[in-house]
Amino acid sequence: MERVAIIGASMTPFGQRDAWVRELLAEAGAAALDDAGIDGDDLDHLYVSNMASGEFEGQTGVPNALAHDLAAQPVYTARIDQTSSSGGAGVYAAWQSIASGASDLTMLVGGEKMTHRTTSEATDVIASLTHPVEYKQGVTLPSFAGLTARLYLDEYDAPRESLGKVAVKNHKNGVDNPHAQFRKEVDLDTVLESPIVADPLRLYDFCPITDGSAALVFCPESVAAEYVPEDEYAVISGIGGATDTHVVHERADPTTMGGVADSSDIAYEMAGIGPDDVDVAELHDMFTILEFLQSEDLGFFEKGEGWKAVEEGVTDRDGELPINTSGGLKSKGHPLGASGVAQVYEIFEQVTGNAGPRQVEADTGLACNVGGFGNCVTTTILEGNQ
Amino acid sequence: MSDNEAADSEVDDQTDSAEPTFEAAEYADGAVTYPPHTVGPNGAERVGTVDLREYEGRVLTWTTSTATPPGVREPNTLAIVEFDMGDEYDGPAVRALGQIAEREDGTGETFDVDIGDRVEPVYADELREPGAGIREPESQDWDGFRFRPL
Repeated sequence: MERVAIIGASMTPFGQRDAWVRELLAEAGAAALDDAGIDGDDLDHLYVSNMASGEFEGQTGVPNALAHDLAAQPVYTARIDQTSSSGGAGVYAAWQSIASGASDLTMLVGGEKMTHRTTSEATDVIASLTHPVEYKQGVTLPSFAGLTARLYLDEYDAPRESLGKVAVKNHKNGVDNPHAQFRKEVDLDTVLESPIVADPLRLYDFCPITDGSAALVFCPESVAAEYVPEDEYAVISGIGGATDTHVVHERADPTTMGGVADSSDIAYEMAGIGPDDVDVAELHDMFTILEFLQSEDLGFFEKGEGWKAVEEGVTDRDGELPINTSGGLKSKGHPLGASGVAQVYEIFEQVTGNAGPRQVEADTGLACNVGGFGNCVTTTILEGNQ
Repeated sequence: MSDNEAADSEVDDQTDSAEPTFEAAEYADGAVTYPPHTVGPNGAERVGTVDLREYEGRVLTWTTSTATPPGVREPNTLAIVEFDMGDEYDGPAVRALGQIAEREDGTGETFDVDIGDRVEPVYADELREPGAGIREPESQDWDGFRFRPL
């Protein structure tokens, strides 16, 4: 099996954008082609990670639209939808295309346009991924977070403040990310006094609704140096995808994300490393509680101890294991289909030494992209070539 | 537990009962799930149904959601309730997600609940307004059970 390299990456500014999904995808796609020094018609495969362009704006067929806008015909193209983990699933599809030998040059572009919808409408589009018995009760993804956070705090004697500290940390990291939706720090009191959204979680425990796009270019490692200097590409040393139950309340332990554990087991085994070897990680902090659950289920910390790591500064940018140096979904924003791609973009920047003021010492980085409430997960491990 | 053939909806097979049942599925290996699935969690086939109204439930966790989608009451207090299936049951935990019922004092407020509280299911013929949200109204049913503290 071919080892797969990433030779180009880009992301648009995340936030409230005037551009529609087709324009957002083209903006990130053109920039990534430029970064890799190639043209659209050099591509064999072109994947688009997107959850709901039809539901959000009535635009379907986005992969073909993007292929035309980038003059990439007759490229093979497909849309990858795995809800919030569409981006991670797109990385998996792109990796497969190169590893299998089906493509010699693949681009993945993830994007979503959401902010023209009201919060209520956008919440409903996302909640439509739930089972009918959940949907009819009016459940939302934020309410799953509230249900799980209450159980976690109760079960592990974690203080409510520890969740707030995730938001404080990730907002602080986002200040140095020029692409982030929010580039301002928040203090703990602001988080803890913000309006309740899903008790015990408050407004600042949640990521915003966001427009944006991100892109990555992939080729076999054996030819990566033909496109970019050796220290400017990274290798996907491990990748794994997994699912958990569709119905959230059927999980044996609702404070454990089985898909995170299973997908990371596969990725670690492929990479020949363990959690202790990871230098930097991007986790899917759509809600603050998710950073605790993932940091435990990825094996970084013992079950029920993830909150202590945040309290002790272990996951700060200058800590032992920096988590969400990009600002995470929390401050960077969460344009559904783009998020998993943007997570890998940040790890790519870190392991190639191009993260600017956010740079940490990192040879090996991990991105964990979660769909639904842990329903589908992709874990990707990148190694730099410095 | 009944020996009835499995049915797909809580309101199906109501000919013998005026009250809708809170229908979970039972599988050949003894496991029970709510909602019913095509096969059980360990791959066993469906062999019957269980009416969860016959079992005591306790609140595993709860939340009050203040940002609700179109057609959903606001605020919306929800709980995950775990049913005590008896000493002989050794399958996976049987749970349901449901709204907390409104008090009967006319205030429109829902009952207070906490982790560990005993609750009973209360039938509601419409849990949220069909068609107000994105899901096709005909694609699913909209009645079901809320929970009320005992």
